[in-house]
Amino acid sequence: MSTLEIRELHVAVEDKEILRGVNLTVTAGQTHAIMGPNGSGKSTLAYAIAGHPKYTITGGQVLLDGVDLLEMSVDERARAGLFLAMQYPVEVPGVSVSNFLRSAVTAVRGEAPKLREFAKDLKNGMDALSIDPAFAQRNLNEGFSGGEKKRHEILQMELLKPKIAVLDETDSGLDVDALRVVSEGINRFRASGETGVLLITHYTRILRYVKPDFVHVFAGGRIVEEGGPELAEKLEAEGYEQYTKASA
Amino acid sequence: MGLNEKPLSTLHEKASYDLADFEVPTGREEAWRFTPLSRLKGLHNGKAEPHGKVGAVAFAPEGVRVETVGRDDERIGKAYVPADRVSAQAYAAFEEALVVTVPKEAVPDESVSIKVKGQGGDGAAYGHTVIVVEPLAQATVVIEHEGSAVYADNVEFVVGEGATLKVVTLQEWDDDAVHVSHHHAQLAKDATFKSFAVTLGGDLVRLSPSVSYTAPGGDADLMGVYFVDAGQHLEHRLLVDHSQPNCKSNVDYRGALQGEDAHAVWIGDVIIRVEAEGTDTYELNRNLILTDGARADSVPNLEILTGEVAGAGHASASGRLDDEHLFYLQARGIPHDEARRLVVKGFLGQLIEKIEIEEIRERVMNAVEAELAR
Repeated sequence: MSTLEIRELHVAVEDKEILRGVNLTVTAGQTHAIMGPNGSGKSTLAYAIAGHPKYTITGGQVLLDGVDLLEMSVDERARAGLFLAMQYPVEVPGVSVSNFLRSAVTAVRGEAPKLREFAKDLKNGMDALSIDPAFAQRNLNEGFSGGEKKRHEILQMELLKPKIAVLDETDSGLDVDALRVVSEGINRFRASGETGVLLITHYTRILRYVKPDFVHVFAGGRIVEEGGPELAEKLEAEGYEQYTKASA
Repeated sequence: MGLNEKPLSTLHEKASYDLADFEVPTGREEAWRFTPLSRLKGLHNGKAEPHGKVGAVAFAPEGVRVETVGRDDERIGKAYVPADRVSAQAYAAFEEALVVTVPKEAVPDESVSIKVKGQGGDGAAYGHTVIVVEPLAQATVVIEHEGSAVYADNVEFVVGEGATLKVVTLQEWDDDAVHVSHHHAQLAKDATFKSFAVTLGGDLVRLSPSVSYTAPGGDADLMGVYFVDAGQHLEHRLLVDHSQPNCKSNVDYRGALQGEDAHAVWIGDVIIRVEAEGTDTYELNRNLILTDGARADSVPNLEILTGEVAGAGHASASGRLDDEHLFYLQARGIPHDEARRLVVKGFLGQLIEKIEIEEIRERVMNAVEAELAR
């Protein structure tokens, strides 16, 4: 059983402290929702764990099965079993989706997948997420709509089979149909019970499709309240106002 | 300027067959300010000893004529007049010229291949090539440069009415080679010219592709990729001179640079003269600087002398690899070096895939891979 442990994590951007001591443990089989107002540091948490160069770790640890991810390069973290579904996946000109996916799967598995097997996995994955097969030949994220980019992120998650997936506002900018498709993908991914999910979101809407086991409220760069799914309902009714006042 | 005078271009007004009309450049001239003259081995100042050995061999499919002719052949110098000192030096000094003729309406199955090979040793060599594509003919020409040489040459492409000429020119010289070359295409009515330059090898390569039009309807597409390694100077100077109405041109050059003192120069001059109403032109240059110590100079010049253009634009961008691209690929487990290779191959590959001859396309892609693996 895999475990992601975030211990007293402090993160700064250009000398400004954004995360001020985050503690959180995600175990395989669990889904944790992190909810919070804009600017509370939710995305910073996601990118800092993944190792984006813009973020400086000023204190704390992030352990995946006891090994400190913060000592690893970005690609080593991914190969160790961490996945970040990005809020704004970047367009990479001249690199085709299929070439990219094959390179990623090869890197994560440590060996090139059999061509026929990979083609089948890719086709099944794309079908399940209602992605047009022609996307495989297109340049990575280039000209994709918001919804297409998010579906493509989930496709990668399903192909790479990480131990822990961090989903950064995967629901933002999706219409109801796309939200349903994406949520089904997340539910397929966690159905095995062998993976943990950290779902970062601003809205409670996605939690009606992807039921969390734990809900954490994020404000002012740390977790300020924790509870079960009922906490999401309370947020739905009352909003973030009480937390933003408290942290200000 | 009086009311009855037409505005004149300030670019490239000098042209002559006579070497004496061009002063020895000092490096301060606009046309020479980026070129390290000391590495030209005397091509620019008359001091190069003319005993270098460069062989040019042409292989042509049936129906295409290949001739080796003397300096007095009347087809020489018809389309092009030397525009700078080294070009005039090459014109003054070449002994034999290669003339390739694709007869009227001929559509040969295979491409014409010209292999230019430097045999090394001291001294400079000079060359001249004329490629004539007669009206309504369609042909592809591949010019390959390799070996070691100090070589200056002029190539004239004469594209007849309604004819199509596609040219791929590969500069895959040895590390010590110096090559200064003018490639001029003259387009008749409704002629199409597509050129693709690939410059990878050589100590110093200065390639000046230019296009002129003799009648309306001409369409020129000039593409190129280059990969500059430590110490290399690879320079491309483009000129499209729109002097006829309703012609098109498109220029797209991309380069990658890595290593100490890798230097790329790209000059893109487009003139739209008073008569050239309805011109549609765009030029683009992009450079990817992969390491410290490399330098790219990119200078687009668009001179518009008429008020009636269909479209005219230019863009130039030189920058480093995008951290966000690398982060995205690495976040999917792809190691840094491979991520970098994928991004650079993608950047150049978008142009390389436009090379229509599969064998050449693959060769260029493999050459770029090899450069990236260094």
